[in-house]
Amino acid sequence: MLDQTAATMPAYHVDAADPQRLRKAIEDVRLGASRWRLAFTLAWLDIRNRYRGSVLGPFWLTLSTGAMLLGLGLLYSTLFNMSLREYLPHLAVSLVIWNAISQMVNDATTSLTASEGIIRQLPLPYTVHALRCVMRNGIIAAHNFPLILVVFLICGHLPGPEAVLAIPGLILIAINSVAAALFLGMLCARFRDIGPIVGSTMQLAFFLTPILWKPRLLGHWEAWMPLNPFYAILETVRGPLVEGGGPPLAWVAAILYTIATVVVAAVFFVRFRGRVAFWV
Amino acid sequence: MAVIEARGLCLDFPYYHIGARSLKKRLMGKSRLHTDPSNRIVVTALRNLDFRIGTGDRVALVGPNGAGKTTLLRTLAGVYEPVAGSLTVTGQIGALIDVAAGMDNESTGRENVRLRGLYRGLTDAECDRLAEEVAEFAGLGDFFDVPIRTYSAGMGVRLSFAMATAMQPQVLLMDEWFLAGDAAFMAKAEERLARLVGGADIMVVATHDFAVVRRWCNRAIRLEGGMILADGPVEEVLGGLEATA
Repeated sequence: MLDQTAATMPAYHVDAADPQRLRKAIEDVRLGASRWRLAFTLAWLDIRNRYRGSVLGPFWLTLSTGAMLLGLGLLYSTLFNMSLREYLPHLAVSLVIWNAISQMVNDATTSLTASEGIIRQLPLPYTVHALRCVMRNGIIAAHNFPLILVVFLICGHLPGPEAVLAIPGLILIAINSVAAALFLGMLCARFRDIGPIVGSTMQLAFFLTPILWKPRLLGHWEAWMPLNPFYAILETVRGPLVEGGGPPLAWVAAILYTIATVVVAAVFFVRFRGRVAFWV
Repeated sequence: MAVIEARGLCLDFPYYHIGARSLKKRLMGKSRLHTDPSNRIVVTALRNLDFRIGTGDRVALVGPNGAGKTTLLRTLAGVYEPVAGSLTVTGQIGALIDVAAGMDNESTGRENVRLRGLYRGLTDAECDRLAEEVAEFAGLGDFFDVPIRTYSAGMGVRLSFAMATAMQPQVLLMDEWFLAGDAAFMAKAEERLARLVGGADIMVVATHDFAVVRRWCNRAIRLEGGMILADGPVEEVLGGLEATA
């Protein structure tokens, strides 16, 4: 079954005096990415098992997000004195993307501890577990995307050709997700208190980020918004879809934040990858 | 040529999530638990192991519970990275440490075999072939396409055994000798195990069962407290073990 010729005989070598951490971390990511089929199958099984026996399955999320859109839309458009047609497209994109980000971040905290049984038994690239987590949340988030379309149709909101810029925005979110799944997954495996802290931080971030409200309601404080990473990332998708293109500053900030998350995650992963099996 | 070579191999197991402070007093001064330089409580799982296992070696790791047998197997498999020393394993590694790891209870037997194939990094076509081979050996009939959560214990063993042994690695690492199931299955299982072991260049098995050691192994390493107490031909090592017991 596992035919190997002598010439390509694989070798596993570790030397504590010469850990070669960078090489192993790169190898982990490379091998993990090449195993995307495994990650996708596991992600799919996670969703299937979570909603086993349920009639609507993950569409329950679509339904609850839809109900939330309707309720919040009616309430806040009145509070902010905006017409529903003006407010609802903003809320729909913001809420759907925010739900995706927030679920992703919360799930990232258990990306490795949830796979404890596998990590301690099978030598597998840790990237596979991170990809599994990202793909699982990606699939779930995709169930909410049709809501955006429905709202746009109902409100007669038609984004121009700049809407394609939402795709690089989604790619930025995906890159951040992988970095977060690795970084938070490791950090929360080692320090079990980080998970709840992340949970409450995300709750606070929901109110500090322009999801229910529009940035211009801040008046002259609007210029400071790019300091909020969630605003910057959110704007790369919402801008193209709702505002006719996001502010350039938000794009610059989003790209800088993405570089920062990737660098932090990479440094942490390179340094501590060898310890993960002891942490989970 | 498959080779396993360990030089000064050390592994400390950190205890992160126990009440370190209250335990500290009680545990300090005892032999295997101590605090490491960054003030964590660790248990020395493997201490300064030196050995070389070459092609043709059938090695039994023997010793009492907690001697470090399974930890050594997992280190050889690449799960744990040693904190000191070096380890080189040349050859395709096949680890049968916990055969149930990575199984999905809600999936059918066939889906589980395909999943195992993906874990091993096989292509789709290879997964299909694996599924056929396992189906034939496990003899589950229609149950092969039923979620394994409905399996009886014996059926579960047959599936995991068939799945685990459907490979031909050069370095075979096994924890305990998983022999269970009904009598008709045992005869088939023995034959299959013999083929698996015979086809591997190196076998390392952790076991308590001396009969297994005498039957399948030609070398034994006796571990205790994470150290090698004896390493040599089976009778020599087992003789020493029985003399002290």
